[in-house]
Amino acid sequence: MKTIIFKSASVYLLPLLLLFSVFILLRGHYLPGGGFVGGLMASIAFVIHSFANGVENTKNIVKFHPGFLMPVGLALALLAGSLPLFMGETFMTGLWMDQPVPVIGTVGTALFFDTGVYLVVIGVTLTIIFTISEGL
Amino acid sequence: MSNPYIVLPVIFQLFVAVTLMFSWTNKNLQKLISVVGSLIALLISILLLLKVNQEGIQTMQAGGWIAPFGITFVADTLSALLVLLTAISGLAVSVFSVGSVRNARIRFGYFPILHLLIMGLSGAFLTGDIFNLYVWFEIIIISSFVLITIGGEKAQLEGAIKYVAMNLLASVVFLTAIAILYGLTGSLNMADLSLQVAKVENRGLVNVTAILFLVGFGIKSAVFPLYFWLPASYHTPPPAISAIFGGLLTKVGVYAMLRVFTLIFIPDTFLTAVITIMAMLTIFSGAVGALMQNNIRKVFSYLIICHIGFMLAGLGVYSTLALAGAVFYLVHDIVVKTNLFMISGLIFKFKGTYSMRLLGGFYKEQPLISLLIAISLFSLVGIPPLSGFWGKLLIIQGALDSANILLIGFIVLGSFLTLFIIARLWSEVFWKDPQELPKKEHIKYFNELKPLKKQAMLASVVFLSILSLGIGFGAEWVMRMAMHIAENLMDPSAYIQAVLGT
Repeated sequence: MKTIIFKSASVYLLPLLLLFSVFILLRGHYLPGGGFVGGLMASIAFVIHSFANGVENTKNIVKFHPGFLMPVGLALALLAGSLPLFMGETFMTGLWMDQPVPVIGTVGTALFFDTGVYLVVIGVTLTIIFTISEGL
Repeated sequence: MSNPYIVLPVIFQLFVAVTLMFSWTNKNLQKLISVVGSLIALLISILLLLKVNQEGIQTMQAGGWIAPFGITFVADTLSALLVLLTAISGLAVSVFSVGSVRNARIRFGYFPILHLLIMGLSGAFLTGDIFNLYVWFEIIIISSFVLITIGGEKAQLEGAIKYVAMNLLASVVFLTAIAILYGLTGSLNMADLSLQVAKVENRGLVNVTAILFLVGFGIKSAVFPLYFWLPASYHTPPPAISAIFGGLLTKVGVYAMLRVFTLIFIPDTFLTAVITIMAMLTIFSGAVGALMQNNIRKVFSYLIICHIGFMLAGLGVYSTLALAGAVFYLVHDIVVKTNLFMISGLIFKFKGTYSMRLLGGFYKEQPLISLLIAISLFSLVGIPPLSGFWGKLLIIQGALDSANILLIGFIVLGSFLTLFIIARLWSEVFWKDPQELPKKEHIKYFNELKPLKKQAMLASVVFLSILSLGIGFGAEWVMRMAMHIAENLMDPSAYIQAVLGT
């Protein structure tokens, strides 16, 4: 699969797909999308890159072991879920800011929860794929 | 009615798991976090039980969505008691793991997964929503898949395939049953379902759904025709993992049956007859299976099945007394079975084998540890006043009241066979003249371990042995609680009122 077209396309596809995955993540509160799908898309971006340039090069882009994203994402989701507990609300209650942030929209705990899911999915998928391709 | 205490056992386990994942590379730190975390979890669950005892049933609506629309968490005495027992087993297994689990397994995330499993168990006991129960079951299954295969020995993988296949099948059946139930009633909240199912006119479909639930939970708790995956897989992973599996996993199925068949489906004579027959055959096949085995872990695996039969018998009789017996037996069984599998690990560390034929002379070599082991073995047989006796007594009393002589016959037969099996095990492993066993290279024997590891393994066995003694001698206190739970199970109006607030 090491054709020049694929190789040069993958360089541009990586940032585009990552950007699109963030768009899907943010869109997911009311419309189809969300952390899980967004996370899968982001990992697909890295998978395409690794097909074109080899796993070693992709690992150099990621810099750290993708497995590290799992506890980070879980911690973020856990924090988002239990934040209402400190405000005297029940677990998992959505807390929202009064004023919408430009571009993103109204920010609430649901967004952080979804971001946590996003990170966990990227972490898990990349760990699986990197491990499998190491064994090949 | 916002009440953060209820989900705290669940959230805290997740917190411990996340902390453990952050310290992925440092195995000593992981051990410390796991033990300290389990201790704190034990404290939390004790507080929860005290609170439920004082103030009655506690509820929490996740996200503030009121029942029956949101997911409700309910802590009645049964749930809180089982969460406490989960925390106790979790602590014991965590300490035992410090001593016995190999570093290679810890490197692949043994401790985080253990805590995720305990989180799943606590969640399953606390949830008041049938679909959420399914989700917790999935969390339990997925964590247990990882635990059963971690290390990747050949025997482990072979056991894991059977375990995975049967449990996935059970999940499919369970999910189908939930789908039909939702189609019938349009609700998933268990308290609401209790009211809605009673109104459904198509009783035939309700009965079919009840049978589907019975099959799904039956596979998970290893009752008669569907038990064969358990003895094929429970003896393959390391003893610490077998301990938490043997102590808790099948018991979640029993808990789910107790909950579903007292709250949602009130069994008619047909259903109680089916459950009773299943109970009798479970007792019989478990006991006979245990008779045939030579590997001590396989003996204990079959005894799990046999004793699941006792709890099922309590449900089959369906009276306050018998249900109290089933709950009492559940409490006793969780503690003792966890302990027995840890004990089998301890014996292995001394001798390097699980085979009864090869083992021998354990009493002569280690008299004190043998006496310690005897406590658990005798509780298992149910010699009064040890813990196994009282639960069986209540179930038999309940069966006497409903004049179910055949069932009593099977329970007594099961008890005698258990006595025979344990007596044989005792004479083979502890009294028989020892034979010279070849030293195996890859096993670290007990006397080669560091003192801390030795103490950790012994401490967890001592802890659970003292506890099972305590259940036996403090039987009145446990019995009062079991009676209270059984009364609440027979009359779920308090549960329904606590959830729906009407």
